[in-house]
Amino acid sequence: MKNRVNKCCDWTLERFPLSKLWNEHMAEYYAPKNFNFWYFFGSLALLMLVNQFITGILLTMNYKPDAKLAFDSVEYIMRDVNWGWLVRYMHSTGASAFFILIYLHMFRGMMYGSYKKPRELIWIFGMLLFVCLMAEAFMGYLLPWGQMSYWGAQVIISLFSAIPVIGDELSLWIRGDYVISDATLNRFFAFHVIAVPLALIILVFLHIVALHEVGSNNPDGIEIKESKDPWGKPVDGIPFHPYYTVKDIVGVAVFLFFFCTVIFYMPEMGGYFLENANFIPADPLMTPEHIEPSWYFTPFYAILRAVPDKFAGVIAMGGSIVVLFLLPWLDRCPVKSIRYRGGIYKKALALFVVSFLVLGYLGTQPATPTFTMIARVFTVIYFAFFLLMPIYTRWEKPKAVPKRVTHEPDAEEKYAALVEAFEEMTTHEPLKTSWGATAFPVSPNKEGIKHVLTRLLEKLKRSFE
Amino acid sequence: MNHEGVDNSKRQFLTTALTVVGAVGTGYLAVPFLSQMQPSAKAMAAGAPVEVDISKIEPGQLIRVAWRGKPVWVLSRTEEVLDNLKTDTAKLADPNSQESKQPDYITDPLRSIKPEIFIAVGLCTHLGCSPTFRPEIAPNDLGKDWMGGFFCPCHGSGFDLAGRVFRSVPAPTNLEVPPYRYITDTLIINGEDNLEADA
Repeated sequence: MKNRVNKCCDWTLERFPLSKLWNEHMAEYYAPKNFNFWYFFGSLALLMLVNQFITGILLTMNYKPDAKLAFDSVEYIMRDVNWGWLVRYMHSTGASAFFILIYLHMFRGMMYGSYKKPRELIWIFGMLLFVCLMAEAFMGYLLPWGQMSYWGAQVIISLFSAIPVIGDELSLWIRGDYVISDATLNRFFAFHVIAVPLALIILVFLHIVALHEVGSNNPDGIEIKESKDPWGKPVDGIPFHPYYTVKDIVGVAVFLFFFCTVIFYMPEMGGYFLENANFIPADPLMTPEHIEPSWYFTPFYAILRAVPDKFAGVIAMGGSIVVLFLLPWLDRCPVKSIRYRGGIYKKALALFVVSFLVLGYLGTQPATPTFTMIARVFTVIYFAFFLLMPIYTRWEKPKAVPKRVTHEPDAEEKYAALVEAFEEMTTHEPLKTSWGATAFPVSPNKEGIKHVLTRLLEKLKRSFE
Repeated sequence: MNHEGVDNSKRQFLTTALTVVGAVGTGYLAVPFLSQMQPSAKAMAAGAPVEVDISKIEPGQLIRVAWRGKPVWVLSRTEEVLDNLKTDTAKLADPNSQESKQPDYITDPLRSIKPEIFIAVGLCTHLGCSPTFRPEIAPNDLGKDWMGGFFCPCHGSGFDLAGRVFRSVPAPTNLEVPPYRYITDTLIINGEDNLEADA
């Protein structure tokens, strides 16, 4: 029997480079040994892609892409299809989770300079993936044909009509009708289930091929290929399989814990993952009181609203994504990782994160004059981060970069330090109990807490220098 | 490979010719593919006019009718509102509707055939949300300068009760006035004007 199996394997291997592919991309793909938790998000995003594909295929089996039937077919999935609610919640929660993972993944790239030479193309493919993902999410959001689906699509398609000369024709062509209608729903369905997923798969393939050609970056931002052992293997590298495949499974387990909690206990996430107005069927005569896009679009939406001119607003929103593409060429600092970069970039990046979060919050709120003013300030900060980058990264005074990757304290060492800090923050005053015994209850030590906090703050301050 | 005696210019010619023919073919194929995403004949034919009976409209009331899938508003304006509209023009971006879309026969600054009945397409000229009808004066959320009008919840554009856009809001032009005509004093046909009917 074993002989038969072996023969079967040999037969295949003579005709298909299976072991070559496996070795190149798994067993002999050397990844830096100092990956930290930020490096989970790429493989988790891939997991989400698979989740979206499987649940998406199951949903299309009962969904009807027809303006008269769509809303009811989604409710039918929720109520009458076996486990339909689970499949739909996995898909809708999956969309939001996908964006959380992608935003963290992108932030990782910005922290450790993963977009810099020689990885510019990986960044470009990744940005194209991000744009496709936004298109995919936007078109998917129309399909339930609720109020927010309808008016969200109305707003986004109207963005195209702001383009001079061809704008009106273009938005008519996208809609296939003079208003959002059955024609629009049907074509969005086609794009959502066929065209964009295909583009996503191709881009993921290109993203990974480009990554495996140049090799992964790491938290120290140094090239492990520059120090090799006598056999030509990077000394600071370990094979992706089994080391990182196993490590990623731990990441998957932790992630699934949060993912399942949302699916089972808060699938609407207080109106952020599934918006309240979308439980009302689309009504072309009435816009809901507060219309807001899904949370993952709100930073860009806030930028759109902040500009008091239609065309300029659309340009600003488009520009806020285009500048991300240019990141590898805007950043002039030769050092990759934030660990060895000057304080000015650390502060700029922190400011950028704050502006992204604030804009994200403002995008969910009604456009009052105060909020619009705040949105304008943070829009300026958002763009300043990118457009002033060629200037301030040149002033930067980076620290010396090590030749080899550095050792990071592992969980055990961190635990010991944690215990020490806890000891410092508490006292064990002996206490005579009423029945005469002596107890050592744990009580907070004010001096100790103050001490630990000052040390933490000082450490934080130092890390920004 | 043996390159001796190869006529490179012939190869070049064949490559160029094939590329050009292929590009032209792709171009021809792109026309039906792109054009099939245009509105179909059925969608183009669906723009039939609608009749609106305004005999029961109360003063100050707004009714919504669907025309070509868009909301069309019919608003009854009181004398008080009309007086306000005539005087309160300082904050308007285009008080005389010179940049805005409306039929040629609407010449009045208040943008209607009969001043007391105002008709407009109820879609914001910014990004196509349907603004909310806020006839009240100086409500808490819109400030004490608000004299009644339409407020777009999506991006905060404001219009007065003649559909004229305020300054420094995202919407670029006044609300669109559709073609319409009166059949009788209380019956309006929306989507068709006298000129078309005469022709």
